Amino acid sequence: MPTYTFVVNGKPVTVDAPADLALLWVLRDKLGVRGPKFGCGIGVCRACTSHLNGAEVQPCVTPVSECAGQEVTTIEGLASGEDLHPVQEAWLEQDVAQCGYCQPGQIMAAAALLRTKQEISDEDIDRIANVCRCGTYFRIRQAIKSAAAKMS
Amino acid sequence: MTCDNEVPVPAAQVPVRRRRFLTFLVAAPVLTVAVPGTAEAVIPTLPQPAEILDLGDVLILAGAPTAGALAVLSVGEDGVVTLDLPRAEVGQGITTASAMLVAEELDLPLGQVRVTLADARPELLMNQLTGGSNTMRSVYGPVRQAAAAARARLLAAAAEQHGVEVSRLSTRDGAVILPDGRPVLYGLLTSAAAQLTGAFAAQPKPEGEHRLVGTPQSRIDARAMVTGQFRYTLDHDMPGAMPTVVRRPPTINGSVKSVDSAAARAMPGVLAIGVVPTGVAVVAETFGQAMAARDALKVTWNPGTIDSLSDKEIRAKLQAAALPFVVPPLLTQHLDLEFDFAFVSHAPMETNSAIADVRDDRAEIWAGLKSPIVARQTIAAAVGLPESAVTVHVVQGGGSFGRRLFFDAAIEAAQISKALKRPVKLMWSRTDDMRHGRARAASHHKLRATFALGNVLTFEHRVASVETDFRHGLGEILTATAAKLPVGGNLSFAQTVFLTTCKVPYNFGVVTSLLNEVPLRMHTGSWRSVYSANTRGAEEILVDQLAKKMGKDPVAFRREFLKTARQRAVLNKVVEEGQWGKAMPKGFAQGIGFHDEYKSCTACLVEIDARDPKNPRVVRATIAVDVGRPINPRGLEAQMLGGLTDAISTTLRAGLHIDKGLPLEGSYSQFHYARQKDAPLDVKIHVMPATGEPGGAGELGVPAAVGAIANAYARATGVVPRSFPIIFPVDFEPFPR
Repeated sequence: MPTYTFVVNGKPVTVDAPADLALLWVLRDKLGVRGPKFGCGIGVCRACTSHLNGAEVQPCVTPVSECAGQEVTTIEGLASGEDLHPVQEAWLEQDVAQCGYCQPGQIMAAAALLRTKQEISDEDIDRIANVCRCGTYFRIRQAIKSAAAKMS
Repeated sequence: MTCDNEVPVPAAQVPVRRRRFLTFLVAAPVLTVAVPGTAEAVIPTLPQPAEILDLGDVLILAGAPTAGALAVLSVGEDGVVTLDLPRAEVGQGITTASAMLVAEELDLPLGQVRVTLADARPELLMNQLTGGSNTMRSVYGPVRQAAAAARARLLAAAAEQHGVEVSRLSTRDGAVILPDGRPVLYGLLTSAAAQLTGAFAAQPKPEGEHRLVGTPQSRIDARAMVTGQFRYTLDHDMPGAMPTVVRRPPTINGSVKSVDSAAARAMPGVLAIGVVPTGVAVVAETFGQAMAARDALKVTWNPGTIDSLSDKEIRAKLQAAALPFVVPPLLTQHLDLEFDFAFVSHAPMETNSAIADVRDDRAEIWAGLKSPIVARQTIAAAVGLPESAVTVHVVQGGGSFGRRLFFDAAIEAAQISKALKRPVKLMWSRTDDMRHGRARAASHHKLRATFALGNVLTFEHRVASVETDFRHGLGEILTATAAKLPVGGNLSFAQTVFLTTCKVPYNFGVVTSLLNEVPLRMHTGSWRSVYSANTRGAEEILVDQLAKKMGKDPVAFRREFLKTARQRAVLNKVVEEGQWGKAMPKGFAQGIGFHDEYKSCTACLVEIDARDPKNPRVVRATIAVDVGRPINPRGLEAQMLGGLTDAISTTLRAGLHIDKGLPLEGSYSQFHYARQKDAPLDVKIHVMPATGEPGGAGELGVPAAVGAIANAYARATGVVPRSFPIIFPVDFEPFPR
């Protein structure tokens, strides 16, 4: 079985895995990184959304072989120690989470968006396609706007 | 077809128990059932069953004999007070609201209260079911009583230690305050308090003295959720429990005829394969490898139970099953309307999942379970163990919406663990969750109203629904068995739920609502607001059309016919805040809906953009809600927001197509639950001031919003929608079966 070395939340890791094994299962089942959630396995619910070299990625449809030598950041790696990322702070402020299951992915999608764009419009937020089955969308919208204001 | 058992099962680890000293069981609360009054010059309607006794009352009555044992509190030496709550948190915010009750009574900072979810406690009988919007209604008394008793005992311990009268002591910020003002932290009194003998019953604070309850608080688990530290069922590691998936049949309730597992067995990471009643289970080192091996299995299948049925046949059965009207439309003016509602997946983000460790002499299960007692009893029977040998742990769930009243994954995981002689961590795929999981039953609605001289004389509603499965009973084996009785068992439950939840809030003269169910052998279950979303949603559409026919404004009409001042106050609030009647651009419209259930009521006013009738969007919503006594208004607003999104989804685009015995939809790309682009840009929720006891809140938001959205769509497009969801093409290539 091939071996892949990459960085997860700032720490180098090496795993034995089939080349086509999805990053999600390497993270969850081999490395015990449980923040990214399974919701669909085909990249449409986006509950697993994380960052690959700072950009949004869906680990459930990303083969581990594509991650070799790259930097993966999951929800666990977004904060700097006890200091939360402004998006996480905004999520607490707006009390967004209900069941919470989709929120790591929602937060990572919002953080990736805010990394590339400071002026956030409603249309930008509409393009975030992550499913929240509890229907917290309006609070998510408010949280993203609040985080954007703090970060600008 | 063989089952593996080659992997040795590691010994279970004995968990280290944290030291706890003080636990209490206190007396049951007094139950009161209020009957709201009726009035006005309109032709009054006699109270319907749900106005006299609603489903929540039924659950509270069923739980009354054990209410005194419901709340188990422990006060740790670290000053942290833990409530072991015999209910399931699935996102509705009950742990936070319950923690607030404890903090209030004990004068404790909210951060010093922990809430754990109790294992199945069979001694609670019918008092461990999370449903019917009933948690805060049923725990409001017992939790406050237990906390008040804990406070009394801590005061007594302080009095003894410091040689002062209890009457000279007070409590503040997690400490007993001595007469000279010195605080003694609860943690320092724990040991002494635990050794006291005698009864320490105490009355909870008068509600007028509440300082925390009734104020908006953030979720106690929010930080763990936003940092990815929160643990759902599959995030837990149990010794030896490996990723497990199941290959399922091409139609609902099909079964395995033969399996060729040679190719699958040779795949990397595969640990075990075995046949179980629901399909073929595959255990592997990772879920990715388990799913790859699952797909490599060659399986032939026996037929399922509804293979010949598609939507068309089911709809025809429902239309034929709707009971006839009583009032002929002869001498008065009348309005008849019919509606159809599709099946809807619960589709919680966390699919069905469970961890099970079944041995020869005992079993242990972990899952998100809203009726854990009957789960334990059923699992014990399924794996051939005495009930006392089965431990069922309730894990906080990633959404439910009614789904986790059933324990399909827990029982399946137990069966797999037994068959393969190893602990398993079972996860359903999304496609299986939508196709072989449960759904809200499809329904057909016939309504007729007659009217004359400005009054509504009669109002009839005939609901024909595919059977909704209530075989979880009231959460324990006796009522579950009653619901399973072949003649009328489930139907009796269904009628009871229908009659104790759905009521017409208007004075419409003679009102009759009748349910008839079509039993089909498929997987259904209560879906947030059970019958009310469709039944009351349809009624709110009829109300708008009736107002139109009688030449009245929809709001003025409702104001005239609503039964109580409390209901009108809620309606008036959204009318004012949402600016009812303001000018709207072409293609936009407002719509209004009202709903009353479980001692609570709500009005919803939406604005829809239906310039393209095939691509409508609710752009603004104003909601007012009166739940009698909001415990956490911020959590209540979250529930109303969720109910609104559910209504947007199921009214406009989200449903399941049944095709030859199986839903076609297999993921969120096909089952169109709302995304951010479908959600309103502005939502305002107004919580009415406290006036009484807490009413239900978890399901309240859906029906009024269904009515409001459909009515807005009708006003914007000129077309009254009759079939839901309104936009419902098969706009995808279904996954292979």
